[in-house]
Amino acid sequence: MDLLTLGIVVLIYLLLVLYVGYVAWKRTKSSEDYMVAGRTTHPYIMALSYGATFISTAAIVGFGGVAGVYGMGLLWLTFLNILVGIFIAFVFFGKRTRKMGHNISALTFPEFLSKRFDSRFIQYFSGLVIFVAMPLYAAVVLIGMARFVETTLGLNYNIALITMAVIVAVYVVFGGIRGVMYTDALQGTIMFFGMAFLLIATYWLLGGVVHANQLLSGMASMIPAAASSTGSTGWTSMPILGSPFWWTLVSTLILGVGIGVLSQPQLVVRFMTVKSNKELNRAVLIGGVFIAMMTGTAFIVGALSNVYFMQHSGQIAIQATGGNADTIIPLFIATAMPVWFAYLFMITLLSAAMSTLSAQFHVQGTALGRDIYETLANKTGGSSIMVARAGILIAVLIAVILGFILPANIIAEGTAMWFSLTAVAFLAMYVCALFWKRTTRQGAIAGLVIGTVYTVFSFLFINQKAAAALGISQALTGKVVLITTMPWPVVDPIVIGVPLVFIITIVVSLLTKPPSDEHLDKCFKDVG
Amino acid sequence: MIVVLGISDPWISAAYIGCILAMLLCVVYGIINWNKGDEDEGGQISEEISWHDKEQEMEEKELGLWDEEG
Repeated sequence: MDLLTLGIVVLIYLLLVLYVGYVAWKRTKSSEDYMVAGRTTHPYIMALSYGATFISTAAIVGFGGVAGVYGMGLLWLTFLNILVGIFIAFVFFGKRTRKMGHNISALTFPEFLSKRFDSRFIQYFSGLVIFVAMPLYAAVVLIGMARFVETTLGLNYNIALITMAVIVAVYVVFGGIRGVMYTDALQGTIMFFGMAFLLIATYWLLGGVVHANQLLSGMASMIPAAASSTGSTGWTSMPILGSPFWWTLVSTLILGVGIGVLSQPQLVVRFMTVKSNKELNRAVLIGGVFIAMMTGTAFIVGALSNVYFMQHSGQIAIQATGGNADTIIPLFIATAMPVWFAYLFMITLLSAAMSTLSAQFHVQGTALGRDIYETLANKTGGSSIMVARAGILIAVLIAVILGFILPANIIAEGTAMWFSLTAVAFLAMYVCALFWKRTTRQGAIAGLVIGTVYTVFSFLFINQKAAAALGISQALTGKVVLITTMPWPVVDPIVIGVPLVFIITIVVSLLTKPPSDEHLDKCFKDVG
Repeated sequence: MIVVLGISDPWISAAYIGCILAMLLCVVYGIINWNKGDEDEGGQISEEISWHDKEQEMEEKELGLWDEEG
């Protein structure tokens, strides 16, 4: 690949992104514009922004590489991404969130919860949870992007880190959610065409869908020893029931993604950016096709790359990359695809990272500005935009600093910790807010606080991977984890946390005085 | 053994076909409801106006506060 050509392509792409960000800036005047895009977003922009935020580079390259090692069982993840992440999220959660958010004039996810339960505590506490926990997740995406620019463009890692952060910061700070969503739509479009071409070209190259899948099925005996020892049986067959890989697949699937996605603040806020259910109905179509094309392509191509590498180098994918799963997809693109596509794919990956990162910065900024500062200082209205901008700048700064100092072992944990925490802290309260009128303020607060404390405690003292990476338990007690009896060190807090918080929220609600009919009528006006 | 799309394990072919069906569900739902779910424009507009007034009132109050302080 020619570095000069690649540099020019990236430059053109960045100029396009900045131009779209400029257009967004020109259209942003009020705090409603800045936080929920004036609630008049086009369904195409909404759907692509949701999808592009949902899918980061890790989902394409990281999980695509995992499919290269473990095979097409990961397609269950795609299935749930579409069914839960899009269909259920939009049709059952999105419509109610949009209408209720409008009834109570909420501009952020914490504000939505706070006004629904009539409690300012919920707003700043949730804002705090987001602002404190999200930098880890944002840093993971930023570090991934900087590493990627470092290896492809040959730029120094530190320079890459700062440059990418500054570019994203510029259009998020100035353009607000419009800047985020317009650029997301552009990036999402690039991602869609990039991945669609990759899927078609791969099947074309390997002689069609059925033929390529049959070739891969025929390679089951070549599965590496490391994979078969954890339960893998081939690239087109399920792992052994109850094996470690089976557990990873099923628990990541159902818990991490299937449940976690529903209470992501940066995704929920997008439901509040459209005018009516009509836009959400249309967005279901666009979002469903988009997500299917993203993770579906990554997993199918990742698995099928084994056939290509076997035909051309006599090795399976993981051998061809020298044991590094993360480079399976990039190597496959570099060797099997035409050169022009390699350029397009670089832009696709850059788009995936930038669209996720921009939403993270925005949601952290509004959490600090609108939810924490304004709620505590008892100010709402005029200064929202300025405070949110300051909040975003602080978020960018934290992500950059973390990008410099984070040890490698915490990186992989960052995303998982974020998903667990948001699911445990917010999911019960959010579901009850939408579907159960009897939920009380006390019930919501009890669930939120206990869920947060439980998750943080688990990560610091119980969960082996997280506790080892954070090192607090080691420093305080001299032990990595407090309980060593299986299965506690390997159980993700989400497994116990989500049902626990649901029970707490429901029980406390039933024991306390129900909310007034007047308040409920206001919240549920024309909902469902 | 039934082989679907070149995949012999029914759990995997189910996932493969499930993805396609889930996508089609989204497409069909989107098409059927393409023009449904419009808001009542009149109510929407009056809601927006009252909301805008409230926001403006808050802004003025706040800016007023700032003037006093600064």
